Amino acid sequence: MSKVRRIDASEYIAPTDPRALAEQGVDLSVELAGMKLPNPILTASGCFAAGAEMERFYDIAELGAIVVKSVTLEPRDGLPTPRMAETPSGMINAIGLQNPGIDAWLAKDLPWLQGKGARVVVSVAGTSVDDFRAVTRKLRGRGGIAAIEVNLSCPNVEERGLVFACSPTDSAEVVTAVRREVDVPVLAKLTSDVTDIVAIARAVVRAGADGLTLVNTVLGMAIDPETGRPEVYNTYGGLSGPAIRPIAVRNVHQVHAALPEVPILGCGGIRNVTDVVQFLRAGAAAVSVGTATFVDPFVGPRLIKNLRSWLAERGYGSARELVGTVQPWR
Amino acid sequence: MTSARRTGSMEGRKDTDDPVMASCEVLARRREGAYWLLSLAAPTIAQRARPGQFVNIAVEGTGTLLRRPFSIARVSMQGVAAGTVDVVFDAHGPGTEWLTRVDLHDVIDVVGPLGTPFPLPQRKVSCLLIGGGYGAAPLFFLADELTRKGLRVDMIIGAASQDRIPNAIEAKRITASVTFTTDDGSYGTHGRVTDVLDDTVERCRSGVVYACGPNPMLRAVSERCAELELPVQIAVEEKMGCGIGVCFTCVLPVRTKGGVVHMKRACIDGPVFNGTRIAWDQSRYDLGRPLDLEEVDAEPPPDPERLTDADVFGGGA
Repeated sequence: MSKVRRIDASEYIAPTDPRALAEQGVDLSVELAGMKLPNPILTASGCFAAGAEMERFYDIAELGAIVVKSVTLEPRDGLPTPRMAETPSGMINAIGLQNPGIDAWLAKDLPWLQGKGARVVVSVAGTSVDDFRAVTRKLRGRGGIAAIEVNLSCPNVEERGLVFACSPTDSAEVVTAVRREVDVPVLAKLTSDVTDIVAIARAVVRAGADGLTLVNTVLGMAIDPETGRPEVYNTYGGLSGPAIRPIAVRNVHQVHAALPEVPILGCGGIRNVTDVVQFLRAGAAAVSVGTATFVDPFVGPRLIKNLRSWLAERGYGSARELVGTVQPWR
Repeated sequence: MTSARRTGSMEGRKDTDDPVMASCEVLARRREGAYWLLSLAAPTIAQRARPGQFVNIAVEGTGTLLRRPFSIARVSMQGVAAGTVDVVFDAHGPGTEWLTRVDLHDVIDVVGPLGTPFPLPQRKVSCLLIGGGYGAAPLFFLADELTRKGLRVDMIIGAASQDRIPNAIEAKRITASVTFTTDDGSYGTHGRVTDVLDDTVERCRSGVVYACGPNPMLRAVSERCAELELPVQIAVEEKMGCGIGVCFTCVLPVRTKGGVVHMKRACIDGPVFNGTRIAWDQSRYDLGRPLDLEEVDAEPPPDPERLTDADVFGGGA
C-alpha cells in the first residue's frame, strides 16, 4: 500500500451540493484598490524574487498579480548568513532586503515581467522618507505597473532604527511621500507587531493609501541551544508560514471591521484553498501567498484552480461574494 | 480536489531542462556506511539532471515546513522505472530522520533538477575529483559523465572515519586511482584531503579539480588549487529555504570578474562555483578551522602544462 506524501493535505472533497455550479460559471476576478485582477491570488513580496525564477515552473501571468521583492534606491547585498531558521510550521528570515537597486530593476526585471504580461505590484523599501520618495519617483510614468506596495517594515534611520510601521505618524509620512509621486494605487503593508493595528491603518489611509497589505512577517527569534548563538545572524528575523496565519486573519478582520471600505490584500501563512477562504471571509479582497511557494513552487496556480472548485461546489458565483462574510455566533 | 498524487505524476514544463515537481516511488532505501541511500523513480528528473545539480525533497517531521536539498548522487536511465535518481544523506535532523523511515514503494514529493551543473572540460584533461563525507556522492555522477567523455578520472575521498566514506568499492571501480583519507586514520591516509592533494595532482598530472563536501574543506581545496594555478570547480553546501532562487537564504560572497563581491544564491547561481571566486575571507567558513595548507612548505615545480579556466571550459567558466 503506498503512502502518499501530500503537499496540501487539507484540500477536502465536499459532497455534491445541490447549489453546486459548473466551474466555468465561477468568476474569480476581483478589484483591489482600483486594480482589476483576473483572480485574487497574488504573490507576497520577497517570496517570488523578481519573477523569472518562477517562470521556469509555469506561466506567472496566470497569477492575479506579482508583488515583487522589495526594491530600494541603491543596490543592497543584504545581511551575512545564516539568514534563515526553520521553526514549527514556519520559518524566520533576516535577508536584509538584498536587491539590485531600482535602476537595475527598471532596466532588467520590469521589462521582463511586462514582456510576460504579468500584472506587477512594485514593493518599495527605504530607510528614510526621502529614500521612499526617491525610489518611487523613479517609477513615475513607467507603464505596466499595476500598483505600489510600501514596505513599511523597514528600520527608520532617522528614528533610531524604529520600524516605520510601528509608528502611525512615520508610516503616514512615508505614504504621503509615495502617494505624491505616482498615479497608480498605493498599498501600505503593515506589521502585526503593534498594539493597535487599526490606528496605523487609519493613519496610512488618511495619508492617501488606496489599500492595505495585512500583514508582514512577525518579529521572532530562535537560539541554537548548544552554541547559544541566535539562529540568524541578525538576531531577530521575520516569522512567516502557517505559524502566523491566525494572527494575520485576526488583523484582517480587525481592520476590515473598523474600516470596511478599505481594500485589503491579506497575507500570512496561506497554503491551502481553505486558508484563502478564511482571509476573504475576514475581509480581504485578495491574498498574497509567500512562504508556501518555497515548499510548493506550483502553489499559486493550484490555489487558483482549487478556489474555483471550492466556490463552484458551494454555489458561489464569484470570489467577491465571500469578502467580509464572517458569521457571528448567535 | 485532493492532491493525492500517484506515482509518476509530474508538474512542470515539457521539452525543457527546467525543474519539475514529481511524485516519486522509493525503489531502494539502504544504509551506506554511516549514511543512507535513497533510490527514486524519477524519469523526468533523471533525464534532465546533470552532475552537480540537486533535488529538493518534501519531508514530514514534527513541525517541519521546508523541503530538504540533496545532491544528485547518480542517475540511471535503465530498469523498470526508466529513470532513477539516487541521493545519499546523513540523518541529522527531523526531516532527514523522517526520510530514513520511508518504506519501499512509498511516494515522495521531489522538485528538481535544481541549480547549476559542473562545467565539463572542453578538451582532453586529467580530472581530479575531491569529496568529503557524503559530499563525495555527486562525484560518482560526475565521474560517470567524465569517463563517458573519455577523460581520466582520479579521486580523493576524505571523511572523519571509514564508515563515513561512501561506497569505496565503487570509487575504485570507476576511477583510474582513488586516495582515501580519514581524520582518525581508520582507513587510507591519516589526515585530510589537502594533505594528499599536491602529490595526487603531480602523480595524476591533474589539469582540473572538482570538489564537493563541507565548505571548510572546499575552502582549503580552492585556496590550494589557486596556489597551484589549477582550475577548480566546487559544489557548495548552504542552508536553503526554497531551493528555487526566490528566498535569498543560501547566499555566499562571490567575487565577480570586476573584483566586486556580491552575495550569490547557492540554489540558482550555484551550487557549482569557481572555487577561486568565492570570497572565503568574507564567508562564515573561516572560524578557527585549521586549513592544513600552511604546513605545505616546498612548492612543487611549476607544471608547464597548467591550463587556465578558459582552456579547460572554454569561454566564460
